[in-house]
Amino acid sequence: MMRRGTIAGLMLFAGALFGLGLAVSGMTQPAKVIGFLDVLGAWDPSLAFVMLGAIGVYTAAYRGLALKMPRPLFAPRFSLPTLTAIDAPLLAGAAIFGVGWGLGGFCPGPALVALGAGAPAALWFVPAMVVGMLLHRAVRPGFDP
Amino acid sequence: MSAWLAPIRALVGGVLIGGSAALLLLGAGRIAGITGIVGGALRARAGDLSWRLWFLAGLIGAGVVLGRVWPAAFSGQLARPGWWSAGAGLLVGFGTRLGNGCTSGHGVCGIGRLSRRSIVATAVFMLAGAITVLVVRHVRGAP
Repeated sequence: MMRRGTIAGLMLFAGALFGLGLAVSGMTQPAKVIGFLDVLGAWDPSLAFVMLGAIGVYTAAYRGLALKMPRPLFAPRFSLPTLTAIDAPLLAGAAIFGVGWGLGGFCPGPALVALGAGAPAALWFVPAMVVGMLLHRAVRPGFDP
Repeated sequence: MSAWLAPIRALVGGVLIGGSAALLLLGAGRIAGITGIVGGALRARAGDLSWRLWFLAGLIGAGVVLGRVWPAAFSGQLARPGWWSAGAGLLVGFGTRLGNGCTSGHGVCGIGRLSRRSIVATAVFMLAGAITVLVVRHVRGAP
Protein backbone atom coordinates (compact mmCIF):
# COMPACT_ATOMS: atom_id res chain seq x y z
CA MET A 1 0.00 0.00 0.00
CA MET A 2 2.84 2.35 0.79
CA ARG A 3 4.33 1.66 -2.64
CA ARG A 4 0.98 2.36 -4.30
CA GLY A 5 0.73 5.68 -2.47
CA THR A 6 4.31 6.51 -3.42
CA ILE A 7 3.61 5.82 -7.09
CA ALA A 8 0.45 7.95 -6.97
CA GLY A 9 2.33 10.90 -5.48
CA LEU A 10 5.23 10.47 -7.89
CA MET A 11 2.88 10.39 -10.88
CA LEU A 12 0.89 13.42 -9.75
CA PHE A 13 4.12 15.39 -9.27
CA ALA A 14 5.67 14.17 -12.53
CA GLY A 15 2.49 15.01 -14.46
CA ALA A 16 2.41 18.53 -13.03
CA LEU A 17 6.13 18.99 -13.71
CA PHE A 18 5.61 17.82 -17.30
CA GLY A 19 2.74 20.29 -17.72
CA LEU A 20 4.76 23.14 -16.24
CA GLY A 21 7.65 22.30 -18.58
CA LEU A 22 5.36 22.39 -21.61
CA ALA A 23 3.94 25.77 -20.58
CA VAL A 24 7.36 27.29 -19.82
CA SER A 25 8.79 26.03 -23.10
CA GLY A 26 6.03 27.58 -25.24
CA MET A 27 4.62 24.27 -26.46
CA THR A 28 1.14 25.23 -25.19
CA GLN A 29 0.98 28.06 -27.78
CA PRO A 30 -0.11 26.46 -31.08
CA ALA A 31 0.93 29.51 -33.11
CA LYS A 32 4.47 29.10 -31.79
CA VAL A 33 4.49 25.40 -32.68
CA ILE A 34 3.28 26.25 -36.19
CA GLY A 35 6.13 28.79 -36.38
CA PHE A 36 8.60 26.03 -35.48
CA LEU A 37 7.20 23.77 -38.22
CA ASP A 38 7.18 26.63 -40.76
CA VAL A 39 10.73 25.85 -41.86
CA LEU A 40 10.47 27.53 -45.26
CA GLY A 41 8.53 30.53 -43.94
CA ALA A 42 9.01 32.74 -40.89
CA TRP A 43 10.82 29.94 -39.09
CA ASP A 44 10.99 30.17 -35.28
CA PRO A 45 13.64 27.58 -34.33
CA SER A 46 13.47 28.23 -30.56
CA LEU A 47 11.38 25.12 -29.81
CA ALA A 48 14.31 22.95 -30.90
CA PHE A 49 15.76 23.83 -27.49
CA VAL A 50 12.85 21.99 -25.82
CA MET A 51 14.02 18.74 -27.35
CA LEU A 52 17.64 19.58 -26.61
CA GLY A 53 16.94 20.11 -22.90
CA ALA A 54 14.54 17.20 -22.52
CA ILE A 55 16.67 14.68 -24.43
CA GLY A 56 19.80 15.82 -22.58
CA VAL A 57 18.29 15.22 -19.14
CA TYR A 58 16.60 11.98 -20.21
CA THR A 59 19.74 10.55 -21.81
CA ALA A 60 21.69 11.26 -18.61
CA ALA A 61 19.00 9.55 -16.50
CA TYR A 62 18.81 6.54 -18.83
CA ARG A 63 22.52 5.99 -19.51
CA GLY A 64 23.86 7.24 -16.18
CA LEU A 65 21.30 5.70 -13.81
CA ALA A 66 18.55 3.46 -15.21
CA LEU A 67 20.87 1.08 -17.09
CA LYS A 68 22.79 0.50 -13.85
CA MET A 69 19.74 -0.12 -11.67
CA PRO A 70 18.39 -3.68 -11.23
CA ARG A 71 14.87 -2.29 -10.99
CA PRO A 72 13.13 1.09 -10.61
CA LEU A 73 12.92 2.66 -7.16
CA PHE A 74 9.22 2.02 -6.56
CA ALA A 75 8.24 -0.71 -9.04
CA PRO A 76 9.24 -4.36 -9.52
CA ARG A 77 10.63 -3.95 -13.06
CA PHE A 78 11.29 -1.58 -15.94
CA SER A 79 8.48 -1.56 -18.54
CA LEU A 80 10.30 -0.36 -21.66
CA PRO A 81 9.39 -0.79 -25.34
CA THR A 82 10.71 -3.95 -26.98
CA LEU A 83 9.73 -3.32 -30.62
CA THR A 84 12.61 -2.71 -33.01
CA ALA A 85 11.14 -3.07 -36.54
CA ILE A 86 10.73 0.05 -38.66
CA ASP A 87 7.44 -1.02 -40.24
CA ALA A 88 4.53 0.49 -42.14
CA PRO A 89 2.35 1.23 -39.07
CA LEU A 90 5.20 3.21 -37.48
CA LEU A 91 5.79 5.27 -40.62
CA ALA A 92 2.11 5.77 -41.47
CA GLY A 93 1.20 6.59 -37.87
CA ALA A 94 4.00 9.13 -37.52
CA ALA A 95 3.01 10.74 -40.84
CA ILE A 96 -0.69 10.98 -39.87
CA PHE A 97 0.27 12.41 -36.47
CA GLY A 98 2.54 14.95 -38.16
CA VAL A 99 -0.28 16.17 -40.42
CA GLY A 100 -2.59 16.62 -37.42
CA TRP A 101 0.20 18.38 -35.50
CA GLY A 102 0.77 20.77 -38.39
CA LEU A 103 -2.96 21.49 -38.72
CA GLY A 104 -3.70 22.12 -35.04
CA GLY A 105 -0.35 23.07 -33.52
CA PHE A 106 -1.05 20.65 -30.67
CA CYS A 107 0.59 17.35 -29.84
CA PRO A 108 -1.11 15.26 -27.11
CA GLY A 109 0.66 16.61 -24.00
CA PRO A 110 0.22 20.34 -24.65
CA ALA A 111 -3.38 19.71 -25.75
CA LEU A 112 -4.16 18.18 -22.35
CA VAL A 113 -2.50 21.07 -20.48
CA ALA A 114 -4.42 23.56 -22.64
CA LEU A 115 -7.61 21.61 -21.92
CA GLY A 116 -7.02 22.19 -18.21
CA ALA A 117 -6.53 25.89 -18.92
CA GLY A 118 -9.79 25.95 -20.87
CA ALA A 119 -8.31 26.93 -24.25
CA PRO A 120 -11.26 26.68 -26.71
CA ALA A 121 -9.29 24.83 -29.41
CA ALA A 122 -8.31 22.14 -26.87
CA LEU A 123 -11.97 21.61 -25.97
CA TRP A 124 -12.44 20.45 -29.59
CA PHE A 125 -9.05 18.85 -30.06
CA VAL A 126 -8.84 16.55 -27.01
CA PRO A 127 -12.23 14.77 -27.32
CA ALA A 128 -11.51 14.20 -31.03
CA MET A 129 -8.03 12.89 -30.13
CA VAL A 130 -9.61 10.36 -27.75
CA VAL A 131 -12.04 9.34 -30.51
CA GLY A 132 -9.05 8.87 -32.85
CA MET A 133 -7.36 6.62 -30.29
CA LEU A 134 -10.52 4.56 -29.82
CA LEU A 135 -10.91 4.37 -33.61
CA HIS A 136 -7.41 2.93 -33.85
CA ARG A 137 -8.33 0.27 -31.31
CA ALA A 138 -11.50 -0.55 -33.26
CA VAL A 139 -9.73 -1.01 -36.61
CA ARG A 140 -6.59 -2.71 -35.23
CA PRO A 141 -7.70 -4.75 -32.25
CA GLY A 142 -4.80 -6.44 -30.52
CA PHE A 143 -2.33 -3.78 -31.62
CA ASP A 144 -2.94 -1.54 -28.65
CA PRO A 145 0.18 -1.75 -26.51
CA MET B 1 9.44 38.70 -25.86
CA SER B 2 13.14 39.39 -26.31
CA ALA B 3 14.84 37.32 -28.94
CA TRP B 4 17.05 35.52 -26.43
CA LEU B 5 14.24 34.73 -24.00
CA ALA B 6 12.36 32.23 -26.17
CA PRO B 7 15.26 29.77 -26.57
CA ILE B 8 16.07 30.02 -22.84
CA ARG B 9 12.44 29.39 -21.91
CA ALA B 10 12.38 26.48 -24.34
CA LEU B 11 15.56 25.01 -22.84
CA VAL B 12 14.33 25.40 -19.24
CA GLY B 13 10.94 23.91 -20.16
CA GLY B 14 12.72 21.04 -21.90
CA VAL B 15 14.80 20.34 -18.80
CA LEU B 16 11.58 20.20 -16.70
CA ILE B 17 10.00 17.82 -19.24
CA GLY B 18 13.12 15.65 -19.28
CA GLY B 19 13.18 15.68 -15.47
CA SER B 20 9.58 14.51 -15.33
CA ALA B 21 10.28 11.75 -17.84
CA ALA B 22 13.35 10.74 -15.80
CA LEU B 23 11.17 10.49 -12.66
CA LEU B 24 8.82 8.09 -14.44
CA LEU B 25 11.75 6.01 -15.67
CA LEU B 26 13.73 5.85 -12.44
CA GLY B 27 10.78 5.74 -10.05
CA ALA B 28 8.29 3.55 -11.86
CA GLY B 29 10.22 2.11 -14.82
CA ARG B 30 7.75 3.70 -17.20
CA ILE B 31 8.08 5.62 -20.48
CA ALA B 32 6.69 9.16 -20.22
CA GLY B 33 4.82 8.97 -23.51
CA ILE B 34 1.58 10.92 -23.32
CA THR B 35 0.01 8.87 -26.13
CA GLY B 36 0.84 5.59 -24.43
CA ILE B 37 -0.35 6.82 -21.03
CA VAL B 38 -3.70 8.07 -22.40
CA GLY B 39 -4.15 5.07 -24.71
CA GLY B 40 -3.49 2.66 -21.86
CA ALA B 41 -5.92 4.53 -19.63
CA LEU B 42 -8.65 4.13 -22.28
CA ARG B 43 -8.11 0.37 -22.21
CA ALA B 44 -8.31 0.30 -18.39
CA ARG B 45 -6.62 -2.99 -17.47
CA ALA B 46 -6.79 -3.85 -13.77
CA GLY B 47 -3.70 -2.74 -11.83
CA ASP B 48 -2.47 -0.64 -14.75
CA LEU B 49 -4.88 2.26 -14.54
CA SER B 50 -4.34 4.34 -11.42
CA TRP B 51 -0.76 5.49 -12.15
CA ARG B 52 -1.93 6.72 -15.56
CA LEU B 53 -4.82 8.67 -14.04
CA TRP B 54 -2.57 10.25 -11.40
CA PHE B 55 -0.11 11.40 -14.07
CA LEU B 56 -2.90 12.82 -16.25
CA ALA B 57 -4.43 14.53 -13.20
CA GLY B 58 -1.08 16.25 -12.63
CA LEU B 59 -0.74 17.19 -16.31
CA ILE B 60 -4.27 18.58 -16.71
CA GLY B 61 -4.19 20.02 -13.19
CA ALA B 62 -1.06 21.99 -14.11
CA GLY B 63 -3.10 23.49 -16.94
CA VAL B 64 -5.96 24.37 -14.60
CA VAL B 65 -3.60 26.22 -12.24
CA LEU B 66 -1.43 27.83 -14.95
CA GLY B 67 -4.49 28.95 -16.90
CA ARG B 68 -5.41 31.09 -13.90
CA VAL B 69 -2.04 32.34 -12.68
CA TRP B 70 -0.23 32.59 -16.06
CA PRO B 71 -2.76 32.86 -18.91
CA ALA B 72 -0.04 34.21 -21.25
CA ALA B 73 1.32 30.64 -21.44
CA PHE B 74 -1.81 29.83 -23.47
CA SER B 75 -1.72 32.83 -25.78
CA GLY B 76 -0.99 32.18 -29.44
CA GLN B 77 -4.10 30.09 -30.06
CA LEU B 78 -4.97 29.67 -33.73
CA ALA B 79 -8.02 31.45 -35.09
CA ARG B 80 -9.52 28.32 -36.61
CA PRO B 81 -13.03 26.88 -36.47
CA GLY B 82 -13.85 24.08 -34.05
CA TRP B 83 -14.16 21.46 -36.79
CA TRP B 84 -10.59 22.23 -37.84
CA SER B 85 -9.28 21.58 -34.32
CA ALA B 86 -11.41 18.44 -34.05
CA GLY B 87 -10.04 17.15 -37.36
CA ALA B 88 -6.49 17.78 -36.20
CA GLY B 89 -7.23 15.99 -32.91
CA LEU B 90 -8.69 12.99 -34.72
CA LEU B 91 -5.55 12.64 -36.87
CA VAL B 92 -3.26 13.09 -33.87
CA GLY B 93 -5.15 10.50 -31.80
CA PHE B 94 -5.24 7.88 -34.55
CA GLY B 95 -1.74 8.53 -35.85
CA THR B 96 -0.02 8.48 -32.47
CA ARG B 97 -1.61 5.15 -31.58
CA LEU B 98 -0.81 3.63 -34.99
CA GLY B 99 2.78 4.87 -34.73
CA ASN B 100 3.11 3.94 -31.04
CA GLY B 101 4.05 7.38 -29.77
CA CYS B 102 4.19 11.12 -30.10
CA THR B 103 6.56 13.96 -29.34
CA SER B 104 7.18 12.75 -25.79
CA GLY B 105 7.40 8.96 -26.16
CA HIS B 106 9.33 8.96 -29.45
CA GLY B 107 10.79 12.47 -29.50
CA VAL B 108 12.15 12.60 -25.95
CA CYS B 109 12.21 9.12 -24.35
CA GLY B 110 12.84 7.12 -27.52
CA ILE B 111 15.58 9.38 -28.86
CA GLY B 112 17.08 9.51 -25.35
CA ARG B 113 17.31 5.70 -25.45
CA LEU B 114 18.70 5.87 -29.02
CA SER B 115 15.78 3.78 -30.32
CA ARG B 116 15.96 3.53 -34.12
CA ARG B 117 12.15 3.35 -34.33
CA SER B 118 11.80 6.58 -32.37
CA ILE B 119 14.47 8.43 -34.33
CA VAL B 120 12.74 7.48 -37.60
CA ALA B 121 9.25 8.27 -36.24
CA THR B 122 10.37 11.70 -34.99
CA ALA B 123 11.93 12.54 -38.36
CA VAL B 124 8.73 11.47 -40.13
CA PHE B 125 6.26 13.39 -37.94
CA MET B 126 8.42 16.53 -38.03
CA LEU B 127 8.67 16.34 -41.81
CA ALA B 128 4.93 15.67 -42.16
CA GLY B 129 4.19 18.59 -39.83
CA ALA B 130 6.48 20.93 -41.78
CA ILE B 131 4.93 19.91 -45.12
CA THR B 132 1.43 20.40 -43.67
CA VAL B 133 2.27 23.90 -42.44
CA LEU B 134 3.85 24.69 -45.80
CA VAL B 135 0.72 23.62 -47.65
CA VAL B 136 -1.73 25.33 -45.28
CA ARG B 137 0.15 28.58 -44.82
CA HIS B 138 1.79 29.14 -48.18
CA VAL B 139 -0.25 27.32 -50.78
CA ARG B 140 -3.73 27.69 -49.37
CA GLY B 141 -2.91 31.08 -47.86
CA ALA B 142 -4.50 30.52 -44.45
CA PRO B 143 -2.90 32.33 -41.48
